[in-house]
Amino acid sequence: MYVAVKGGEKAIENAHRLLAEERRGDRQVPELTIAQIKSQMTLAVDRVMTEGSLYDRDLAALAIKQARGDLMEAIFLLRAFRTTLPRFAMSEPIDTTNMKARRRISSTYKDLPGGQMLGPTFDYTHRLLDFSLMDDGNETQAEQDQNADPDADLPRVTTILNHEGLIEQERPDDEDAPVVDLTREPLDFPAGRDARLQNLARGDEGFLLSMGYSTQRGYGITHPFAGEIRMGEVEVEIVPEDLGFPVVIGEITVTECEMINQFKGSATQPPQFTRGYGLTFGHGERKAMAMALVDRAMRAKELGEEVVAPAQDEEFVLYHSDNVEASGFVQHLKLPHYVDFQGELEMVRNLRKEQIEQQQMLKAGE
Amino acid sequence: MSATETLEGYNFAYLDEQTKRMIRRAILKAVAVPGYQVPFGSREMPLPYGWGTGGIQITASVISADDTLKVIDQGADDTTNAVSIRRFFARTAGVDTTEKTEDASLIQTRHRIPERALKEGQILVYQVPIPEPLRWLEPRETETRKMHALEEYGIMHVKLYEDIARFGRIATAYDYPVLVNGRYLMRPSPIPKFDNPKMDNMPALQLFGAGREKRIYAVPPYTDVKSLDFDDHPFEVQKWDDCCALCGAEDSYLDEVVMDDKGRRMFVCSDTDYCEERRAQGHVGPLGTSPGTPQAAE
Repeated sequence: MYVAVKGGEKAIENAHRLLAEERRGDRQVPELTIAQIKSQMTLAVDRVMTEGSLYDRDLAALAIKQARGDLMEAIFLLRAFRTTLPRFAMSEPIDTTNMKARRRISSTYKDLPGGQMLGPTFDYTHRLLDFSLMDDGNETQAEQDQNADPDADLPRVTTILNHEGLIEQERPDDEDAPVVDLTREPLDFPAGRDARLQNLARGDEGFLLSMGYSTQRGYGITHPFAGEIRMGEVEVEIVPEDLGFPVVIGEITVTECEMINQFKGSATQPPQFTRGYGLTFGHGERKAMAMALVDRAMRAKELGEEVVAPAQDEEFVLYHSDNVEASGFVQHLKLPHYVDFQGELEMVRNLRKEQIEQQQMLKAGE
Repeated sequence: MSATETLEGYNFAYLDEQTKRMIRRAILKAVAVPGYQVPFGSREMPLPYGWGTGGIQITASVISADDTLKVIDQGADDTTNAVSIRRFFARTAGVDTTEKTEDASLIQTRHRIPERALKEGQILVYQVPIPEPLRWLEPRETETRKMHALEEYGIMHVKLYEDIARFGRIATAYDYPVLVNGRYLMRPSPIPKFDNPKMDNMPALQLFGAGREKRIYAVPPYTDVKSLDFDDHPFEVQKWDDCCALCGAEDSYLDEVVMDDKGRRMFVCSDTDYCEERRAQGHVGPLGTSPGTPQAAE
């Protein structure tokens, strides 16, 4: 007798057990600690915090450990935790001009007030595997950059351009108006820049990289220059209701990118440079740059440009940027679909039967 | 499972009360405007998008401690995702769960409507992957919302007509579009069109949740739900030449089970509770008795 497939519950339990075993790996090797991940897998932690939209290095490290190094899975874990957290306050806008920068470069000026500072970057490394890292205990000590003054004033490149009126004015929204929060409200179109930037900040780095790249290859070209990229620590402030003035609640590391884009002008606007903006938690330069490119591309409509490329199409970009959504929906194809498939089977069989019958009738008629 | 085993540190049914209230408001609006897709602030759930997060959020918002929950996927209570979701609510809400359609006050489903007619007081919660019926015809949300507002459903009729012109029939086997209360075109979620007639004038409340797409819609009890068709090509449902191999039912939706690599197959009820109930009543299908090697139903 045929017995319908049973035992889903048992199978799930076994799968969880196997997963835990795989995660632990070879028991001869010491277990990975959260402290190790936090201090040595920093860029993974940064990415998980950024796309998980939660600044917590310990929890991000935990998520990475639990996800066996699968960063998208770690991002999902962090997001699912984040939803349950109460919202105590809305922070004041962070002031990146007062950043304690550890890296700051501009590709538009050879030198500028505050100077260029390479900081910890993969740029200019030769990508040769360093076999000395195969062995433990090969510590090197970095020397502090003698020229860098962490407290130096770092005026923004866009501000310098602004003195000449060569770049569009930053027109902040009504500061008293509430900022959109996509984790609480559904996306609505046309989306404001606040919603777009939040979406991009949470968006998948790979997706944004490809989208940004596509604008460089001609799909919605924006003629970008990396006006400025800076990475370092900024203070986060909130205004407690009973105090009425801002207090610092902590310090976070962020990477900011301001792209400067050529703009030939329109009927209403003179020729000038325009802006694209990118920001990530931690050190996330590739993502911040890609984000700035896509942000600018999506401003096409606002600047009177024709919307022709995917990166300029806000519905296309904003609906498909989130890797937690995308990963879930792509992988839901693993779930059983046999009821639907049965319907399709029945239909295809019928269509084929009818076609064969028709052909036979035609033959008989000849 | 009993309430003593519920998950520590989380609110009843996982979601916080503010979120539940927001979702209930969306549900009320959805019930007031049958078939209309209400945007809502869908939360990130600890289960993946596309795996029932919309349905789970609705269930979490309407469930109470004295509810009895049934969860099915493809009509079956024992498919892995149904087990996982049922377990989620057993853990977070500690409610009673059941596999019996009749005993459930709340049924969350993916891809099927139970065979047994639902009754007043029951709630059927559908998991919806893509809520927009016009999506394959128009990918832009901004456009489709306008089309709904203007009741501009011509392209759907043209699509169905093109099917008839090409294939001699409407070539949609599941997720077959319906018109709700004579006004809104609605996607019934990927249930087979076999189940569409059950939606019409159903005494139970039908709620639809799309988590990733952040939409909720509803069909209140006793509401007209009409599957689109033409006078000369009336709507019809799937039929099988076989009956259920286990319980002999001829009126249920059947799943095809491949028996070997020589193409032998059998058909069984997709609704496992319906099948078991019939067998308990003594109904026997062609393969339901012999305990020997499986035989194909010919």
